[in-house]
Amino acid sequence: MTVKTAKTLEELGIQLDAEGFLVNPDDWTPEIAEIIAREEGIELTDRHWEVINFVRTYYEEHGEPPTLRAITKRGGIPTKELYQLFPKGPAKKVARIAGLGKPKGCI
Amino acid sequence: MKRLVILGAGTAGTTLANRLVKRPEWDGWHLTVIDATREHYYQPGFLLLPFGVYRKEDVVRPKRYYLPTSAELIFAEVERIRPDHKRVELADGRKVPYDVLVIATGTDVHPEETPGLQEHEWLRSIHTFYTFDGAVALARALRTFKEGRLVINIVEMPIKCPVAPLEFAFLADWYFTHRGLRDRVEIVYATPLPGAFTRPKASEMLGNLLAERNIKVVSEFNVMEVDPDKRLLRSYDEQEIEYDLLVSIPLHLGAEAIARSEMGDEYNFVPTDRHTLLAKGYDDIFVLGDATDLPASKAGSVAHFQVDVFVENFRRYVDGLELLPLFDGHSNCFIETGYGKGVLIDFNYDVEPLPGMFPLPGVGPMPLLRESRVNHWGKLLFHWVYWNMLLRGHELPIPARMSMAGKEIEEAVS
Ligand SMILES: Cc1cc2nc3c(=O)[nH]c(=O)nc-3n(C[C@H](O)[C@H](O)[C@H](O)COP(=O)(O)OP(=O)(O)OC[C@H]3O[C@@H](n4cnc5c(N)ncnc54)[C@H](O)[C@@H]3O)c2cc1C
Repeated sequence: MTVKTAKTLEELGIQLDAEGFLVNPDDWTPEIAEIIAREEGIELTDRHWEVINFVRTYYEEHGEPPTLRAITKRGGIPTKELYQLFPKGPAKKVARIAGLGKPKGCI
Repeated sequence: MKRLVILGAGTAGTTLANRLVKRPEWDGWHLTVIDATREHYYQPGFLLLPFGVYRKEDVVRPKRYYLPTSAELIFAEVERIRPDHKRVELADGRKVPYDVLVIATGTDVHPEETPGLQEHEWLRSIHTFYTFDGAVALARALRTFKEGRLVINIVEMPIKCPVAPLEFAFLADWYFTHRGLRDRVEIVYATPLPGAFTRPKASEMLGNLLAERNIKVVSEFNVMEVDPDKRLLRSYDEQEIEYDLLVSIPLHLGAEAIARSEMGDEYNFVPTDRHTLLAKGYDDIFVLGDATDLPASKAGSVAHFQVDVFVENFRRYVDGLELLPLFDGHSNCFIETGYGKGVLIDFNYDVEPLPGMFPLPGVGPMPLLRESRVNHWGKLLFHWVYWNMLLRGHELPIPARMSMAGKEIEEAVS
């Protein structure tokens, strides 16, 4: 196994809410993104980071995480690819990895 | 005279028009209502049309009959809103100035956005009950469906009345049982959500009910395309679901006019203040009903509560006072579960649907988050209430802000 001795969120003292989102979004660092991604079974590539950075910028501008449609329409990433990068529910997964709250999308 | 212009004479626009003109502070104002079409549809009836519970005449009436005679009524398509000139431009070239604008243009389904959906099998083996024509065609399809797999699929959230697809599943179970065909009809509910509904508590309760009724749930299913010839749905992550009869709830988008006005988000919904209902970035444009981007249900009941809030604030607006943050996301839905029963849920931005009694604590008569016959009658009664009270702007005995009275908190939930 090639797994390095990566720290866990617990060791870093990072708290998650019941749905797995950061309790305190200010805790977020790229390292934490890597850890959460690994929990999801995702190894982050440059393309993943493009999405994460888009999502974080969107959040700064709008005060809430983007819906899937916002990522594809405004971020210019095809839906199909998003599902390959972040399988199953990409909007929620990206928001989690990017250290944001749950996207509203639906009530 | 000052001018208030309402775009859209649907549930929100019509109710608001009738409520406003009765208010003393309305003196000195002129009302213009603009809508592209002349028929008002009772959309909750679209759910029951396919099962033969309602006939066409029950769900469609002329818009004009329901609007105040003092209002100027314009039947024309809104081309775009020009906030910089404080006016609305119509497709026929007319220009309508406003002092206050209310956007109530709702949302509609867009089957053309999903490849394969609205092609040669549309309204044959692929249906929807989210439009009047769709519901009528589906009634025919259900009557002749004798065996096979019925798949109900939500393309993408948000949708209006997020419980309606569930109700459709329950009613389909009841309908085929009634016809003695249930053992030959498989019912599958494929949803992009992680469970039956958007809120955890109600999702659990409704999930159990689906299981009891032998309705199979496929969760986190995000449809990419439909293959109308092979009769299957394909998701973005390459799962496939075969169907014999597909009932689709297509993508919902706000009015195209909102996009043309560059006032919408990626769904053409207007960014709206959660509590005052002002369009974000404007102090003379309000948004009511399904047209908002608010994280509240897109439902007639919500539109009604929003009208209450707007009317309350309008007086303050006229007096130059600050608007009160009155809207709390209050939502109230009857869920038809078939066999003459129903479930009632009541919730808002922050509070989950809870069990209890409604509207009177302890007395009801309607139990919350539990199946009962009274709730079913409540839903049927709503049809009468809608046409005769709600649209006409009569006050209903349900407050705009959600009440915790009658609700059982946490421990009581097992
Ligand atoms: C199948 C189904 C079941 C439902 N069940 C329930 C239920 O049980 N309970 C409940 O509370 N709600 C239910 N709803 C939801 C409810 O019908 C809607 O939430 C409600 O009608 C929203 O009101 P609105 O005024 O925002 O939009 P609408 O009533 O849809 O009105 C929008 C109006 O704007 C007009 N318009 C749009 N664009 C333009 C333009 N460019 N120019 C001019 N006019 C324009 C349209 O013609 C329309 O008249 C259901 C909906 C469906 C489809």
